[in-house]
Amino acid sequence: MQEPLSQTERGPADDSGRGHHRVLLGAAAGVGKTYRMLLEGKQAASLGVDVVIGYLEPHDRPDTIALAAGLEQVAPRPAEEAGARPEMDVDGVIRRAPELALVDELAHTNASGSRNRKRYEDIGEVLTAGIDVISTVNIQHLESLNDLVFELTGVRVRETFPDRILDEADEVVLVDLTPEELRDRIGAGKVYPPERVEAALANFFRTENLQSLRQLALREVAEDVEERRAPHRPARDTNPLIRQALRERILVLVEASPRSQRLLRRAWRSGQRLGADIDALWVHPPGQSLDEDGRVAVAALRRLAVLLGVHFLEEEDRNSVQAIARAVADRRSTYVFLSRPEDGRLDRLLGRSRLDALLDALPGVDVRICADAVDRPGERR
Amino acid sequence: MRWPWQAPRAATTRRVLVAFAAGELDPVVLRAAIRIARAEEATLVSAYLIVVPLDHPLESPMVDEVGEALPILEAIEREGHRSGVPVDARMERGRSLRDALTRLWTEERFDRIVLPASTGGHPGFGERDLAWALMHAPTEMLVLRPAPEAVP
Repeated sequence: MQEPLSQTERGPADDSGRGHHRVLLGAAAGVGKTYRMLLEGKQAASLGVDVVIGYLEPHDRPDTIALAAGLEQVAPRPAEEAGARPEMDVDGVIRRAPELALVDELAHTNASGSRNRKRYEDIGEVLTAGIDVISTVNIQHLESLNDLVFELTGVRVRETFPDRILDEADEVVLVDLTPEELRDRIGAGKVYPPERVEAALANFFRTENLQSLRQLALREVAEDVEERRAPHRPARDTNPLIRQALRERILVLVEASPRSQRLLRRAWRSGQRLGADIDALWVHPPGQSLDEDGRVAVAALRRLAVLLGVHFLEEEDRNSVQAIARAVADRRSTYVFLSRPEDGRLDRLLGRSRLDALLDALPGVDVRICADAVDRPGERR
Repeated sequence: MRWPWQAPRAATTRRVLVAFAAGELDPVVLRAAIRIARAEEATLVSAYLIVVPLDHPLESPMVDEVGEALPILEAIEREGHRSGVPVDARMERGRSLRDALTRLWTEERFDRIVLPASTGGHPGFGERDLAWALMHAPTEMLVLRPAPEAVP
């Protein structure tokens, strides 16, 4: 295991002397983050800044290798594990004490035996030593987006980094390329070797995946800009727990009826405005057999849910309220949408509405009863 | 919301399907379809067909297309309701209009299918799609060809 440098070796490292961290964020591999990092390094060097490459993943791309030429590189540290790739020599960078270090792929997981498990921790040490850092990362590695990226692309990203890394960075800059341009670059062999091009374009680098990832990257940077634009506001999103707490998640209570189509569409529109994820829940008693209209309605709801990107949940339970409360807890729903409930004779006899029962079962959850627009008075000719 | 102890719903009703190609709503066609459904005391199933490009997985959410479809479906529902015709709206996807139609009529029963023809400035299905539909529709089919003077 690598031993940390002593404080004397690290140089002056206190809060005020912390280096400046600029993160180049991309939607996917190949958009040009590493190239941009090297370009910025060269520009800084041409202005007299002492720049070194802390770690570079050239990916055997000739343009990248050519651009790196002329910049001093701190030799990577051989991995202790046989066959593992060398890692950034954190201590070497700190000892060299440049003004600016360029470090690729901040989400990378270091080989076993390294002092830090993740490269962003290495970067943290370099920053603490008062060295400015330009680093690169792709949006799919952001921890809070892991599930969403999986849903959008079908790819579960193993190497993640905590959101606080972006929150704490001094600058987050988007390196952007349209999906078409990126696919063209891949097709031209500028990103992967020829034997990997076809598979890349047919799998992860499909246009819709790239569109989704680009949208996520744009949104992340837009949120970051907004946070920095209003620094007087409390930084409410810096804490992942608070961020989670602020995130809306909608649960739509559907039934085997056409009006649930309208309810689900309406909830989806609200979800778009709130940036909320949506689940649709259908509760029915165990063994319930639907008539043809009911079966058609449920099948149509399932198809609509797929189109809308809504998770369709089905629960068998005689006690609907209990099932709904369970789903709210499981999915961490913050907002429940339902059609106007119809009370039965038993409820009227008991003098208690189903809505009361539902509200009692969902403390702290917003409940919205959606009227059916077609029921508005004066609509009928 | 339906509660478990409620009685099962009543017997099935007649269902008339009217399909629209994405992005298009021809009021002339809609009014005609509503008249047909009302005459047959049927539910009007208005289907907005979304073609999913081949470079997208068929199951992928189609946010932009759905955003376009929603106001159209709501306008159809409102118009149907104003005319006293129950409307059950759908969005159906497929690799082509024919594929979307096939998926829809494989999943659901229709007593009559109404397809608008694309003629005289009216949006709708082209002649090849209509010829295909006439050959493959599982039930009686009606092609609506608005009069040239009808204003879309």
